[in-house]
Amino acid sequence: MQRIGVFVCWCGSNIAATVDVKQVAEALGKEPGVVFSTDYQYMCSQSGQEMIQEAIREHRLTGVVICSCSPRMHEATFRKTCQKAGLNPYMVEIANIREQCSWIHKDKITATEKAVILGRAAIAKVHLNAPLTAGTSPVVKRALVIGGGIAGIQTALDIADAGFPVDIVEKKPTIGGKMTQIDKTFPTLDCAACILTPKMVDAAQNENIDIISYAQVEKVQGFVGNFSVTIRKKARYVDETKCTGCGLCTEKCPQKKIPNEFNLGLDNRRAIYIPFAQATPKVATIDPNYCTMLKTGKCGVCSKVCTAGAINYKQEDEIITREYGAIVVATGFEPISMEPFDEFAYSQSPDVVTSLELERLMNAAGPTGGTLLRPSDGAHPHTLVFVQCVGSRCDGAQKGKSYCSKICCMYTAKHAMLIREKYPDTEVYVFYIDVRTPGKNFDEFYRRAVEEYGVHYIKGMVGKVTPQDGKLKVQASDLLGGRQMHIDADMVVLAAAIEPDKSARPLATMLTASMDTNDFFTEAHPKLRPVESPTAGIFLSGACQGPKDIPETVAQAGAAASKVIGLLSKNSLTCNPCTAKPDELMCNGCSSCEKVCPYGAITYVDKPFRGPNRTTLTRRVAQVNPAVCQGCGACTVACPSGAMDLQGFSNKQILAEVDAICR
Amino acid sequence: MQERVIEKAAQLLESGLCSRVLGWKKGEFFYDVTPGVFTTAQEVRNEMVFTPFCGANLSKYLIAESRKEGKVAAFLKPCDTYSFVQLQKEHRIRRENVYAVGVQCEGMCDLDSLTALNLTGITGAEGLGENLKVFTLYGEETLSRKDALSLRCNDCKSKKLLDCDEILGESGEEQDSHRFDQVEALEAMTAEERFAFWRRELSKCIRCNACRNVCPACSCEKCVFDNPNSGVENKAAADPFEENLFHIIRAFHVAGRCTDCGECTRVCPQHIPLHLLNRKLIKDMNQLYGTYQAGADFETKPPMLDFTQEDPEPSIITNGRDSG
Repeated sequence: MQRIGVFVCWCGSNIAATVDVKQVAEALGKEPGVVFSTDYQYMCSQSGQEMIQEAIREHRLTGVVICSCSPRMHEATFRKTCQKAGLNPYMVEIANIREQCSWIHKDKITATEKAVILGRAAIAKVHLNAPLTAGTSPVVKRALVIGGGIAGIQTALDIADAGFPVDIVEKKPTIGGKMTQIDKTFPTLDCAACILTPKMVDAAQNENIDIISYAQVEKVQGFVGNFSVTIRKKARYVDETKCTGCGLCTEKCPQKKIPNEFNLGLDNRRAIYIPFAQATPKVATIDPNYCTMLKTGKCGVCSKVCTAGAINYKQEDEIITREYGAIVVATGFEPISMEPFDEFAYSQSPDVVTSLELERLMNAAGPTGGTLLRPSDGAHPHTLVFVQCVGSRCDGAQKGKSYCSKICCMYTAKHAMLIREKYPDTEVYVFYIDVRTPGKNFDEFYRRAVEEYGVHYIKGMVGKVTPQDGKLKVQASDLLGGRQMHIDADMVVLAAAIEPDKSARPLATMLTASMDTNDFFTEAHPKLRPVESPTAGIFLSGACQGPKDIPETVAQAGAAASKVIGLLSKNSLTCNPCTAKPDELMCNGCSSCEKVCPYGAITYVDKPFRGPNRTTLTRRVAQVNPAVCQGCGACTVACPSGAMDLQGFSNKQILAEVDAICR
Repeated sequence: MQERVIEKAAQLLESGLCSRVLGWKKGEFFYDVTPGVFTTAQEVRNEMVFTPFCGANLSKYLIAESRKEGKVAAFLKPCDTYSFVQLQKEHRIRRENVYAVGVQCEGMCDLDSLTALNLTGITGAEGLGENLKVFTLYGEETLSRKDALSLRCNDCKSKKLLDCDEILGESGEEQDSHRFDQVEALEAMTAEERFAFWRRELSKCIRCNACRNVCPACSCEKCVFDNPNSGVENKAAADPFEENLFHIIRAFHVAGRCTDCGECTRVCPQHIPLHLLNRKLIKDMNQLYGTYQAGADFETKPPMLDFTQEDPEPSIITNGRDSG
């Protein structure tokens, strides 16, 4: 019989306000096997932990039940506490009476009753607990960063600086991400390229960084410290090691009418192209959808003009498989499609643009060479209307998103200010729901736009934009002035909401990393572990976790890097001892468990067993490699005979918990 | 066919190619044929039969037989070969110790079907293509084979003989079977009607375990219902409702591995249509994960042991498909 101690935590008023902790401690003290039961204000505090240790010694406890917050919060804490007092850490069970009880109930009687039941279940489990010993597994000292935008670049640079090799996988032909398309950055108005491109060069030249561009992650296996990742490097039909980036091919290619993604389709590029002058790696890429040679076998102009002999029409996708200790997700964002918002006439007039398109129209490397011109006729616009929150903060989120995209208020202030400064003859109107400017020097920046540059900020939404006689008729409401407004605008700029990149969802599935309903990656803890995914060894950097501006992204990228460095600097990790274990006498050797094991932890051996009448029978039985097993339990349900069980979470223990709840 | 089967069996033993033959053994009456293992040609000639009453699926016996010394010759009907392949897929049969002889089958009779036709005192039967000649103590009668066949044989899914070393007769093709019609009829019922149907049927169960013991998929080294540590061993006998659950648990245990051989229903002394539980699960799996026939080949991953990103999640994501 176990000697069990029960410790009920108040968690200040978090638990004690809704649960009668004294009554819980008293009721659980009467359970069979419980020799000590008490309550305390903060069990996780030093004096609380000392109390537990003292009780273990004094009452010779063999098992401990702590009724407190979620085990995800403090299970590790309490296991350590008990280990110090000489108890096996796996003889500790947590009954979650906070998240699963006090926080969700209002009625004290119901909550108290439920807390007792949850405690009873934990006691029933402890009765069947057995001491477990954790092994260790080695750490592969290499990191993978998925996404080569500013977030990915910064994370990779920081990891590389600490001396660990790191690979960046970027799906586009160049790293740099969205920031390469931005003209100036708020609130300092320095040029984005000027601060980004040196970092891109640093990344390319750092001997610890390997940039795998034009590539995508196809498969992820393994677990923290030991991931095995398959990467498909798409054929660019150009030998990266030979191409000098001279760009001659991109001038001679006869296929000229291909929308240029870098300028968001506002101008054209060739079938062989270098996205932009500072592209890293600076090598040409052939677009197989448009290349005549690849499609019909006739052309070959680029190959003729290339003095380096870098063109290779027969190049094939390359599959790279590498081992990593940690993976950082930095997949970034995309502006949402403007299709459902046709009241703003985005599809009807080329003069209605998104803010990112405006960046290109104002950029010196953009389609207009930096002079702001209307896309329809190349004329200088005199009246511009900015519409805020297009697709952000949408009610019911029928179209668009329910969240605030966070960056739009600031970049619109920036656009308005830059336009007014460069072209003082323009009138600029900004229609907004709220102007949100928390951040260092942000509000000052916005006020400058209004006070110094005379931008017309109008609280209210634009109802309709109608292209008519070369103008855009804007119909809007001024909520503060209480009037309807009609503006004949030359251009309308839409602050499109941002959403996670489309590649994030399938990637999350591969990584078994969780996401929220908007497809942003979720953190292990929103406040205390903001750059870690709940899946061990997966870290989050940049806008894949939520909308962020550049300073925040860079800060988070550095934070993610420091977590990766902390992991990679360890030589080995303590394994989870709650692994699967087959009962060889019951195992059929049918391979069901092997088929469902996501970690490849199960193998089979032919083993002799004693048969009747002193005979020996050889049977095929399953073997689990405890260093590889992650304790997911898939095998235990696949096993038809119930031979496979999970240590620490055996079927018996779980059924005992259920029985205790239903008692 | 009977002569060819016996001749082949005797020859395999006489030639020394096999040390044992697994086949069907004559019983006290013409219709009570049982599986048997023969070691001499003499035994084969005296006791082995292959009549329209050889419904028993012999594959399961190969789990034990293939582990013994020497080679065993096994006579397998098309549906038996599906179980044979499935059990190899689960590494239960040692193929190198088996000499598989495929026997084409025209469907097996069911004593109940004949009794229903008011035929008693049956002393023999022989197949004549579409017809069946039945000899009784009171004379002989020729009837349409279709009327005499067991339900499962009328719904025959395949006449293919899989993975045989030798074939008597010819291997056939998959059949255009209507085996899911009865399942559809059950699905058309209201939940209450269906519950009442299964309560009525399953309450007849006397827990003789015949269905489990005959089932080729139920071949665990230790069945959970025999294992005092499983936590369900005693539950099944606790009350009538728990007892009903025995069959449901069994159906789930064999899901994705059941070849739909129909042995469970054949051996049930209480005439419970147990195969319908398995067929319902087969139908659901086909609908959700694409058509799959257990034992049809060695390569295809069973739907319950395979997962892809495209897998539907019943009742969560329907993807326009029936959520089942």
